[in-house]
Amino acid sequence: MIMSQRFFPDAMPSPMADTITLPWWEHAAKHQLVVQRCTDCGETRLPPSPVCAKCRSENAEWQEVSGRGEVYTYTTVHRPIAPDQPLPTLIAVIALEGSGGKRILSNLVEVDPEKVEIGMPVEVVWEDMSADLAIPRFRPVGK
Amino acid sequence: MSRRAHIVGVGESEYARWGKITDTPEHTLALRAIQRAVEDAGLGMDDVDGMASFAEDRNEAIFLAAELGLPTLKYATMVWLPGGGGGCAAIGNAAMAVETGQADVVVVYRSLCQGQFFRFGTAGVDSWNPATPAPTVNQAQTPMAASMGFAMPYGLLMAAAAYALPTRRHMHLYGTKPEHLGQIAVTFREHSSRNPRAVMGHKSMTLDDYLASPMIADPHRLFDCCLESDGACAVVVTTEERARDLKNTPVEILASEQGSPQGFAFGPFTNANVADDLYATGACEEMAGRLWGKAGLEPSDVDVAQIYDHFTGCVLMQLEDYGFCKRGEGGPFVESGALAWQGGSLPTNTHGGSLSEAYIHGLNHVVEGVRSLRGDSSSPVEDAEVCLVTSGACVPSSAVLLGKR
Repeated sequence: MIMSQRFFPDAMPSPMADTITLPWWEHAAKHQLVVQRCTDCGETRLPPSPVCAKCRSENAEWQEVSGRGEVYTYTTVHRPIAPDQPLPTLIAVIALEGSGGKRILSNLVEVDPEKVEIGMPVEVVWEDMSADLAIPRFRPVGK
Repeated sequence: MSRRAHIVGVGESEYARWGKITDTPEHTLALRAIQRAVEDAGLGMDDVDGMASFAEDRNEAIFLAAELGLPTLKYATMVWLPGGGGGCAAIGNAAMAVETGQADVVVVYRSLCQGQFFRFGTAGVDSWNPATPAPTVNQAQTPMAASMGFAMPYGLLMAAAAYALPTRRHMHLYGTKPEHLGQIAVTFREHSSRNPRAVMGHKSMTLDDYLASPMIADPHRLFDCCLESDGACAVVVTTEERARDLKNTPVEILASEQGSPQGFAFGPFTNANVADDLYATGACEEMAGRLWGKAGLEPSDVDVAQIYDHFTGCVLMQLEDYGFCKRGEGGPFVESGALAWQGGSLPTNTHGGSLSEAYIHGLNHVVEGVRSLRGDSSSPVEDAEVCLVTSGACVPSSAVLLGKR
C-alpha cells in the first residue's frame, strides 16, 4: 500500500468499533466513504446502527458516497489531545453530498483556519494511520 | 397527609480546584456531603432509606448506605443520561420514590474529584484507548464506546470542542457574538463574589478579561468553560408530611422531567446527525414544554433560575429552549443584563454556577435552587417563589421546577 499524506501523529486516539460499526472502518481502510442504507425503506444512517430507526428493518447495505460535501459547523481547537499534534486542529461537521442528508464528524486539513466558513465546499482526503486504519479528513474543494 | 415530594436539606463538602483534594477520597467527600445535608434537614441517618444518583458515579449507593449505617436501603437508582444531564432526573427519581411510598427519605448525591481519577477530556484517552503498537481499530465494549469511535480519531475528546460545534452554528444562524457569551461568564463570576464556597469567588472578571482569555476551542475561550473541581454535594427529599415537622422551609418539587429528542443519542459530541432544527439548540425545548405543562407554570412565573453551565453557549441556547426568549434571541437577551442578580429579569446562577462556584455535575445548582427559595442564598432574590433548575444541555437533559408556597 502506498502511504498517503500524513496530517496527524500516530498517537492520535484510534477509533473503537463494535460488530455493527466495524464494517464502516473496514470500508474506510479501503478509502471508501460509506453510509448505511436500509434495503427495505431506503433510509440512510450514520454512524451505523443495528436497525433502521424509520422502519425497524435489520436489512442494510453499504452505500459509497462521493466524498464531497460542505462544512455544517466547525471549531478551531488550540489544545492538543496527543503529543506532537499540529495546532490549531480544525474539527468540523461535514454535510455529505449524496448521502441522504447525512453528516460526519471529521477534521479540516490543508486550509487556513481564518478562511474556514460554514457552507464551504470540501472533499475527502484519506490519511493512512497504519496498514489497517485510514481516517477520512476533508480539505477545500480544488485544493 | 400528603406524600408530595419536598426538598428539606442540602449540604456540601469543601469545593476546590480539581486535583487540590488529595488527602480525602472522592468517596469520603460523598459521605461528608450526605451527612451535612441530612443534618441540615434536621434528620438522622436512621431516617434515610433511599439513595439516588446519576450517570458515571463511581460511588455506589450500596457502599455509601453500609458505611453510613443506614438501617435499610429501600430504594437506590441511577439515571442513564450521561454526565451532568441526569442531576435533576435523580431529584425526579427521589421524588417518585417518596411519592409512591417506595421510600420516605431519599438522598441525592454527587461527588467528583477528577484529580483522583482522570481529567475529563484529556487523560480519559488512556481509558478509552489502550496503547497499541500501531494505530488500529480497537474493540468497543459498549454502544457509547462505539459512538465515541466516530469522534476520537479526529481528536474530539474534549467537551469544550464538542459543544463549540452547536454554539458556532448558533453564531452563524443568529449573529450571536463573543460578547454575548462573555456577558454570561462575567455575570456568573459577579454572583460568585458573595459565595464563600465559590472556587473563583475571590477573582473578579470584566468583559475585557473575558475577551483576553485564551482561546480553547473557538468560539470557546477559557472563561466560556466551566471549572474543573473537587467536591461533593447532596440533597434530601422527603414527603410533605415529614417535611412539615422539620426546621427548614420545605421546597416543593413542582415538576421534574427528563428528555432526549428523537435520534439524539449522545448529541453533538459524537452524533453529527442531530436533526437540523435541534443542532444549534440545547435540545431541551420539547422537555421544557412538558415541564411547564406539568407544573401549570410558564417562563414568566420563574423568579430565579439555576441553569446548567458547562459552557456559556449552552446557557444561551437553553434560555431559548425554556422560552425565556425566542429562538436566536439569546444573545440580545443576555446582553440586556437579564441574568444579573440585581436588576435582571431572570436572576440566574446566583451561586456562580459551574463557571465560577464549582463543577459538581450541576447538583450544586439544585442546592442553590433550594437556598434561593429558602432565603439562605449568598445572593438572595427577594420573595422568590419559583426556581427553575436545569441539568445538561446539548446532551440528554433533565430539569426541575422548585416552589415555595
